[in-house]
Amino acid sequence: MSGHSTFEPQNGFVKWMERRLPIFGFVHGSFVAYPVPKNLNYFWTFGAILAICLVAQILTGVVLVMHYAPNTAIAFDSVEHIMRDVNWGWMLRYMHANGASMFFIAVYIHIFRGLYYGSYKAPREVVWILGVVIFLLMMATGFMGYVLPWGQMSFWGATVITNLFSAFPIIGDPIVELLWGGFAVDNATLNRFFSLHYLLPFMLAAVVGLHIWAFHVVGNNNPTGVEVKDSQDTVPFTPYYTVKDIFAAVVFLVFFAWMMFMVPNFMGHPDNYIPADPMVTPPHIVPEWYFLPFYAILRAIPDKLGGVLAMFGAILVLFVLPWLDTSKVRSMSYRPLGKQFFWIFVIVCLGLGYLGGKPAEGGYILWARIFTVYYFAYFLVILPVLGFIEKPKPVPASINEAVLAKHSAVVGADSKA
Amino acid sequence: MRARVGHWLEEDQVLATSEREEPTRRDFLYIATGAFGAVGAAALAWPFIDQMNPDATALALASIEVDLSSIEEGQTLTVKWRGKPIFIRYRTQEEIDAARAVDLAELRDPQTDEERVKAGKDQWLIQIGICTHLGCVPLGEQGDYDGWFCPCHGSHYDTAGRIRKGPAPLNLELPPYDFVTDDLIKIG
Repeated sequence: MSGHSTFEPQNGFVKWMERRLPIFGFVHGSFVAYPVPKNLNYFWTFGAILAICLVAQILTGVVLVMHYAPNTAIAFDSVEHIMRDVNWGWMLRYMHANGASMFFIAVYIHIFRGLYYGSYKAPREVVWILGVVIFLLMMATGFMGYVLPWGQMSFWGATVITNLFSAFPIIGDPIVELLWGGFAVDNATLNRFFSLHYLLPFMLAAVVGLHIWAFHVVGNNNPTGVEVKDSQDTVPFTPYYTVKDIFAAVVFLVFFAWMMFMVPNFMGHPDNYIPADPMVTPPHIVPEWYFLPFYAILRAIPDKLGGVLAMFGAILVLFVLPWLDTSKVRSMSYRPLGKQFFWIFVIVCLGLGYLGGKPAEGGYILWARIFTVYYFAYFLVILPVLGFIEKPKPVPASINEAVLAKHSAVVGADSKA
Repeated sequence: MRARVGHWLEEDQVLATSEREEPTRRDFLYIATGAFGAVGAAALAWPFIDQMNPDATALALASIEVDLSSIEEGQTLTVKWRGKPIFIRYRTQEEIDAARAVDLAELRDPQTDEERVKAGKDQWLIQIGICTHLGCVPLGEQGDYDGWFCPCHGSHYDTAGRIRKGPAPLNLELPPYDFVTDDLIKIG
């Protein structure tokens, strides 16, 4: 994409550097002059918020490791040591634990933003696929991080999730033993989870780099879903979107601060303050809230292998979404039917999250089954078919025209009042 | 890298004018080198993967001996073996009768009660206390069949530890064990 200005350094050092490593020009082109559609709403600020979340998790994680011990004999006590004895340890741990929840809140909003505005459609398929990879890495990292405090939920969460792989015939049990490094979740498991929990965020950061690179090649999508046509459609990233992103991030961080200072254990589970006991399973075990919709899908299927396949399939289907949605129109704003199915899909996902936290019995199972069917139908039936039968509303000729039309409508309404 | 590959291709084109479709000595060397490198990389990768498998201490098949004399009829003793709970249950006559009255055709993982105990020791049911669904520890004397019930995802086992209802695919696993004397068993 062409920028609003070219980078012409005045400073002598910058000029010297540009001839050797053009990093200033790269940053200027990517985050200063980079042209962005001028109609982005606040849902587009979650990319920057997610970047802040990742940095916050890595920073707090690195300092927590200075006090944590990945050994089954002392892991639980070392976390209590962080909470009680380490200077600011309570704050750093609550930041990290609640930060994980914040990260997932932001990523779910970011994903649904992409689903609503069709940000996965050509030419942004690779941006979307890299995003799904990031989501998978986040889930793996979050899961392994929850195991480290070695409480009852840590232990039994690790047991249940690793046992998912035992559902596969023949290769299942060897895989589970490979994951455990033994015949049950034990010290070997804790050690490797710690190692990988430290590694994966850096892999995550690398994939985030590719994700940003990819959408800087194809450009941002926007609420109209209409591609940028000329410089009238865009504004430079700085100052317009740096300021908007910072403002949104501050509001988000106020919410984050409220969570971590006022209700720091709201997202957690009291059973995880009981040390892990391999001989007793707590009566009602649940995964972290951000896994609940997928957990509900797992439990909705009355067959072990079927449930596991449905759960993995619920995530893997996202990889092929760009080729499942046949509609030529990107934004749901111009898709009268698609929009309704989308909002039902949102309610279904929230419903699955609620059901995942309830016992697997009676009416809860029935609803989980209905919602699971809709979840898959949305991707495999509704989106593919809708492209052929839906009559979309007229799409604006350009982003600029859409903005002006909206503006004049507001002005017109004001003058009438 | 690209420059080098390009260079080879150019040479091959020169050769190809005289011997079209005929693999050259250079092709052979290129494929042989690639294959050698791939095998080497795979061989080097294996230790990095295999280190995750159970180590020598985990594999050392620890066996334990358990004295049964203190267990009364209707009681269950849970002991730990290889990091897993082992349920040792002194079954009542009603439990044994109930387990033996079941029609095998209605079982998901058909097994007679006799196959799950040692001959002549019908009262002693010794099983690994891990639900075959996703690995939780089931609760004893509970569920629709008064055997075991797994609270995690609702699997019901009968008084012989056979799966009767819920998502688990198999009966509770039996550990390897033998009676050393009438009151002493060796597990493992």
